[in-house]
Amino acid sequence: MTTPIRKLLVANRGEIAVRIIRAARKLGIATVQIVSEADREMLAARMADEVIEIGPPAAAKSYLNVGNVLDALRRSGADALHPGYGFLSENAQFAKAVTDMGRIFVGPDAGTIERMGDKVNARQAAIAAGVPVVPGSEGRLDDARAALELAEAIGYPVMIKAAAGGGGRGIRVVRSAEELAAAVPQAIAEATAAFGDGGLYLEAYIENARHIEVQILGDGETVVHLFERECSLQRRRQKVWEEAPAAALPAALRAELCASAVRLARSVAYRGAGTMEYLYDPDRNAFYFIEMNTRIQVEHPVTEMVTGVDLVCEMLLIAGGRKLSMAQEDIRCDGHAIEVRINAEDPARNFFPSPGPIDRLQVPSGEAIRFDTGFDAGSRVPPYYDSLVGKLIVSGSSRALAIERLRQALEELDIGPVATTIPLHRALARNADLLDGNVSTQWLERWLAENALSS
Amino acid sequence: MTIKTVEAMLPGVIYLSPSPDTPPFKAAGDRVAAGETVALVEVMKSFLPVEADSDGTFLGYSTETGSNIEPGEAVCRIEVAQ
Repeated sequence: MTTPIRKLLVANRGEIAVRIIRAARKLGIATVQIVSEADREMLAARMADEVIEIGPPAAAKSYLNVGNVLDALRRSGADALHPGYGFLSENAQFAKAVTDMGRIFVGPDAGTIERMGDKVNARQAAIAAGVPVVPGSEGRLDDARAALELAEAIGYPVMIKAAAGGGGRGIRVVRSAEELAAAVPQAIAEATAAFGDGGLYLEAYIENARHIEVQILGDGETVVHLFERECSLQRRRQKVWEEAPAAALPAALRAELCASAVRLARSVAYRGAGTMEYLYDPDRNAFYFIEMNTRIQVEHPVTEMVTGVDLVCEMLLIAGGRKLSMAQEDIRCDGHAIEVRINAEDPARNFFPSPGPIDRLQVPSGEAIRFDTGFDAGSRVPPYYDSLVGKLIVSGSSRALAIERLRQALEELDIGPVATTIPLHRALARNADLLDGNVSTQWLERWLAENALSS
Repeated sequence: MTIKTVEAMLPGVIYLSPSPDTPPFKAAGDRVAAGETVALVEVMKSFLPVEADSDGTFLGYSTETGSNIEPGEAVCRIEVAQ
């Protein structure tokens, strides 16, 4: 496979920078790694062909500093820039500035990032493409009768909240027409008192929500999906354990889900790798689009494990102007893969951030085991960025076999003296609810509240 | 009267006000109570408080918002009545 890209600027750090450099090498592309003062010695910097220092450790002064990153791009002579995830990866102005310089931004164009990166716009695009969104009132509701009619149409439980409120304030969950009739006047009175506006918003309440997302690739004309991932295990909205495929999803719904993601991506002529995120409601047996990520995701390796597609290579090929190298019918999902995020956080101290030295880094190896990291023994986890130390990914012919392999791999994995979330994953890999797939997006926080972990 | 230095316990980036558009937690001459937050340290995307360890009068900060800080480095000075 060839690409017109000769030299790539890696505008990220840590494990995803390493991942991007590996993909670039596979395609014969030279790499330039940007580093902050804190990252001069990081693994990606030692792997890259060239290194450019872009500023002090704080992300705002380095990896998030648009002027400094663009200056590095200019000086590097690179003809393309891969933004990774986080940092500037979904910054439409930045993407535009890169293309205005005559360089390739590895991702969709600025207009698509702007449109799909905005939750309200993305929701509208989804509705226009016939993709289901969480059912709710279109605008504000001002009286009980309108609320009742809508709730009957959606089905209970429903959630009502002040149209003018933000965050979780004033949210009520009601489970029947009687409860709703009692709650609406109260909610209107409270909203009027709190915000000077009695308008309400009503939507379906998803009690046992599961987070399911679809990986897509598009070349601006053709869009394919690479099946779905389930990422329901989250703490403070951060995913900690991800799987592909989503075992809980009925087969018929799964086909519909993946088709809906392709439809939405096609409706915006999507170019690059992207992820459509959905909530799956097992009680209503329905899925609802929530948002799109217009970049590579942390959990992309589980998709690579079950499909055999190198997503980062595909991104580079598409960015170089190639059409998709695969048709939908060529993409198969074989077996089951699981990724666990190993973070420098102490599970015994409520996940207290634990930057510091890595003297030991013993990584399991073997069939169907992958470990993606930006560190090696002798390096330090700096305090300035996210706490991700590495991702342990395993696969097996079935979910049960993948979990068994994960359990063994976690026994072998040894990282220290920095505290990590390995003990959390060892406990989870033996948990009955998890083995049964009996989880939701609320499950992990509830379980953590009831179970003490050691370091 | 003695002057005590409040030190950072964790490495990271220091912030002297609760948010970018608000004034610093403390100004010279303010009363400070033990356990009160005088700064925040951003460690791995978490903001953790730096707390005064004794009651006294705030004298001034020893660092600037947005600077890198290491454990043991001075954050501010407090005059403590004996």
